[in-house]
Amino acid sequence: MNAHGDSAVSAASAVEGLVSIRIGRQVFGVPVLQVQDVIAQTDINLVPLGPPEVAGLLNLRGRIVTAVDMRRRLGMEPRRPEDGLMSVIVDRNGELYALLVDDVGDVLWLPQDAQEPVPVTLSAHWRALCRGLFRLDEELLLVLRVEDILALGRATTIDGAGLAESTNSDPVFQS
Amino acid sequence: MGRPLDDLVQDFIAETREGLESLDSELVKFEQNPNDPATLSGIFRLIHTIKGTCGFLGLSRLQTVAHAAENVLGGFRDGATPVTPQAVSAVLDTVDLIRSLVDALALGGAEPEGDDRALIGRLEEVMDGVLLPDAGDARADERALIERLGGDATLDAAAEMALVELRGDQDIGPLLRAVDGDRLQAALRDGLCRIARKQQPDNRAFAGAIGEVAQSPLAESSVAAIFQAVGAALVGLDVGPDAVDALSALVLASPRSETAGEPDGSQEPSTGGVDAPATPASLQAPPSPQSPEGGAGPAQTIRVSVDALEQLMTVVSELVLIRNQLIQTLRLDPECAFAAPLHRLNQVTSELQERVMTARMQPISGAWAKLPRLVRDLAQELGKSIDLVMHGQETELDRQVLELIKDPLTHMIRNAADHGLETPAERRAAGKSETGRITLQARHEGGAIVIEVADDGKGLPADKIRAKAVASGLVTPAQAEQMSDADARQLIFLPGFSTAAQVTAVSGRGVGMDVVRTNIEKIGGAIELTSAEGMGTRFSIRIPLTLTIVSALIVEACGQRFALPQASVVELVSASGASRRAIEYVDGAAVLRLRDRLLPLVSLQQLLGLESVGETSTETCIVAARVGAFTFGVIVDRVFDTEEIVVKPVATVLRHIKLYSGVTILGDGSVILILDPKGMSAEAGAGQNGRSVQDDVGGSAGAHAADRTALLLFRAANEALKAVPLATVSRIEEVAAQQIERVDGRTVIQYRGRLMPIIGVDARPTAAWEGDASRPLLVFTHGDQTAGLLVDEIVDIVESALDSRLASQGAGAAGSLIIDGRATELLDFAYYWRRAVNEDEPPRSERTSDQVGDRSGVKRLLVVDSSPFAQVLLRPLLSSAGYDVTVAEDPSSALALYEAGERFQLIMTDTRLDSAQAMAFAKVFAQASEWHQTPLLGLALGEPGVDAKLDATNLLDELAATLSGLKGAA
Repeated sequence: MNAHGDSAVSAASAVEGLVSIRIGRQVFGVPVLQVQDVIAQTDINLVPLGPPEVAGLLNLRGRIVTAVDMRRRLGMEPRRPEDGLMSVIVDRNGELYALLVDDVGDVLWLPQDAQEPVPVTLSAHWRALCRGLFRLDEELLLVLRVEDILALGRATTIDGAGLAESTNSDPVFQS
Repeated sequence: MGRPLDDLVQDFIAETREGLESLDSELVKFEQNPNDPATLSGIFRLIHTIKGTCGFLGLSRLQTVAHAAENVLGGFRDGATPVTPQAVSAVLDTVDLIRSLVDALALGGAEPEGDDRALIGRLEEVMDGVLLPDAGDARADERALIERLGGDATLDAAAEMALVELRGDQDIGPLLRAVDGDRLQAALRDGLCRIARKQQPDNRAFAGAIGEVAQSPLAESSVAAIFQAVGAALVGLDVGPDAVDALSALVLASPRSETAGEPDGSQEPSTGGVDAPATPASLQAPPSPQSPEGGAGPAQTIRVSVDALEQLMTVVSELVLIRNQLIQTLRLDPECAFAAPLHRLNQVTSELQERVMTARMQPISGAWAKLPRLVRDLAQELGKSIDLVMHGQETELDRQVLELIKDPLTHMIRNAADHGLETPAERRAAGKSETGRITLQARHEGGAIVIEVADDGKGLPADKIRAKAVASGLVTPAQAEQMSDADARQLIFLPGFSTAAQVTAVSGRGVGMDVVRTNIEKIGGAIELTSAEGMGTRFSIRIPLTLTIVSALIVEACGQRFALPQASVVELVSASGASRRAIEYVDGAAVLRLRDRLLPLVSLQQLLGLESVGETSTETCIVAARVGAFTFGVIVDRVFDTEEIVVKPVATVLRHIKLYSGVTILGDGSVILILDPKGMSAEAGAGQNGRSVQDDVGGSAGAHAADRTALLLFRAANEALKAVPLATVSRIEEVAAQQIERVDGRTVIQYRGRLMPIIGVDARPTAAWEGDASRPLLVFTHGDQTAGLLVDEIVDIVESALDSRLASQGAGAAGSLIIDGRATELLDFAYYWRRAVNEDEPPRSERTSDQVGDRSGVKRLLVVDSSPFAQVLLRPLLSSAGYDVTVAEDPSSALALYEAGERFQLIMTDTRLDSAQAMAFAKVFAQASEWHQTPLLGLALGEPGVDAKLDATNLLDELAATLSGLKGAA
């Protein structure tokens, strides 16, 4: 995980490091301090009866990591074989979770005061999982709330309507 | 016992130990150069801190000792007290005593009992400048103890003073106030004199004498308190502290020689693994202040937090995985240049793994340490004579497990002493020795530790247990009768069972053996019971050596591997075609005939909702597993090896799944789930709690009484209980809201590669619900069609007679039943089936007005049957087989149909109709002359020729045969 401070940042304002990740066509950011590791595809062992978002369990150097399929978590269409697969390892109360994403990009150092609230037009499901938004040069970056993403037990999951809504809202973010 | 220490106390222990450790060198310096003020003030500060903290924490013994030492040290510092060798050795002894007290505190969680009066006396004498030439060596005095104590008169005076003081005591005061003071004083004096004269420990002389007067046996603590008071009085009467000390040792019957070698008390003072009868020798003896090696022990060990060991374990298991991978590559290329170092790595890793594992082990004597004392106290309280024999104290097991078995063991020992062993008189009458014997045994046995608690008492009376279980409603009289004695004895493990006729202070509060069993099962163990009346009872506990490394059977279902803890695996059965041992179905439930019993089966594939890969494997294995007294079989595709696995906790987001007890990483690096036999047994036993025992006992799950039907109880839409006959439900699945899709006005889910229509209990397509909690789906199958009924919650499976029902109350309800005192709605299964599968077809009522319906070959059948069987089973079965079915509940409604002009190709009737109804039916049939051409099919036994067994296939075959016969004839 190399930190390339590629965005021009004024030294005056506080900056936040975000690991940029791509899920489907959307770019997201995960606070760099919450990311333990980024790994390429490994074997994932399924968990029968588990929540649908849980893709399975993987072995990260002797520690057991619960893999969360971010596409499913966000209600996107399922991953196709040709899509990339990377795992962003995050820690939650001593337990490791792997966020399965399509691609992992650079660490972006962005001024905190540039963060904007999540647009109200976003589906309620996504709004619950995102903390804010940054306008990058070519695209929009949504900052994920890792805590809420991993709160699979709560009622933030998608029902049929939410699924349709969020899939439809996807193109909104294409610029 | 063994309760976790307060954080404060923990801190205190750690701090004091640190301070004492640094003091070691200081003390040596102090001895060589007693006038060095820096050393002195260092020691003073520490002692002062200990005194203050102990007062705050309520550790009175430490506080008193520290206080006395502080005074002396203060005297040294101020120059008021001369520094003499005697004074220094008194201070040194005090430091040693503090050290051993702190060690005992860390180990036992409480200050050990004991008397430090002698030492405090020495310190006080140092303060007063009274220097006893031989203060350090009590044994130097060769005079008789009674003389040193000042004779009977002094003891009498001391007894009087002690009693005066004790009357004010909170605990003992009330006890003493009730009895004659003079007699008590005499008893106390006589007891003390006897001990002092004999110079031998004689607990009965002291405690027994007082107990006799007080008319109640004395607890150990009371004895200690009384003697403490006597000791104080003796010191007050100018008796030499060494003499008091000696008397104290005798009274409390704690010979020093046995404890001196173990200053920190961490080891059971056993007599080396051989019989260690329950002498009070193993009490927490007061650490001897004279013990010269008092401070030497702790230096040999360091305390490592369990977390640190855990982390070490994690790293080691990772290393093992890497090793395994490397060895794999070596196998492919044996000539590899790294072969030699790899072999070495292999060895070192194995050794490391073993060492780390043993680092967590402790001998079981740790859990047993308090038992001899317990037995001794119990023997006194109960007026019995009991020997406790212990074998295998050195057997090691994980410290976590050790903690967890302490309480169950204590409980079982109590039970054995209270209920198991008889009184001496009873034993004599039975021709046994008066002294009862409780044997405690521990040994390793195949990756587990087996602990046996046996007594040679009266055994468990099977008849009394039966009567008790029936009286408390745990089993029915009929069930109790059927049980063998051995099975009846297992009833003591049921919740709310207690055999004690009277509730005694010792045991018998009704939370007995079921708690023991629960606690043992919690740590993956199992408990077994054997008993012979008049001969005794033996409990055998099997627990894993450690909770983190267990032996597990690796099984595979649908290409996925799972670990099943070996501890609960009883045997493996191959159910492949070759062995002719096939899985059979009783009432829709899979069972296996295994020798003389019927093993209920659960399929791992169905349990976990796995999708089969490729063609179904022809080879099927059944793993017979046992949880408590319940044995069941798990159907798996393959069984691999047994492996030692490192158990890791399940992630929080998966913890709601009761079927998994943990996760592990296999040698090849793959992560697999550890199945929880308890969770699976709940599935296999389908919600039965107390009844698992009966099932196990009866071994005849299929032998349902003919007039009772198994019903699946559930809730849906509202609080009212609903039921469907279990036989109609082919499976119960869990579905999540996301799985439900809508197709052209219907709700469906993808099920085994097909779309299955599902409906709610309102017979409408179901609405999605909030949240991702999954809901049970009852799957009905007929032919190759399936339909699902979505419900909120499965409640239970019960057996009930279907005749208690009320009339039907509208669409979807076949009637109401009383089940366990609650009104329960019996669903009209056929109605739901129609709604789910043939929704677009016109309702039946319209069709019945049709002419004799040979319309497109649909055969019309009339079923005359009063039982709900026809309603809930026969109709849907026949409907789905393509027949148009009308049910008449009694002959008169059949007649009404006849009169309405209904004509049928076949009439089926229940030949079990009682005679009145049979007559009525015969009359009806006589009237219905146009029906005389219609063939009649009897539904039950008794009419050879027109008799069809109550079996779906048979029935349909018979029907087809009858109808085709008719066609051929016509």
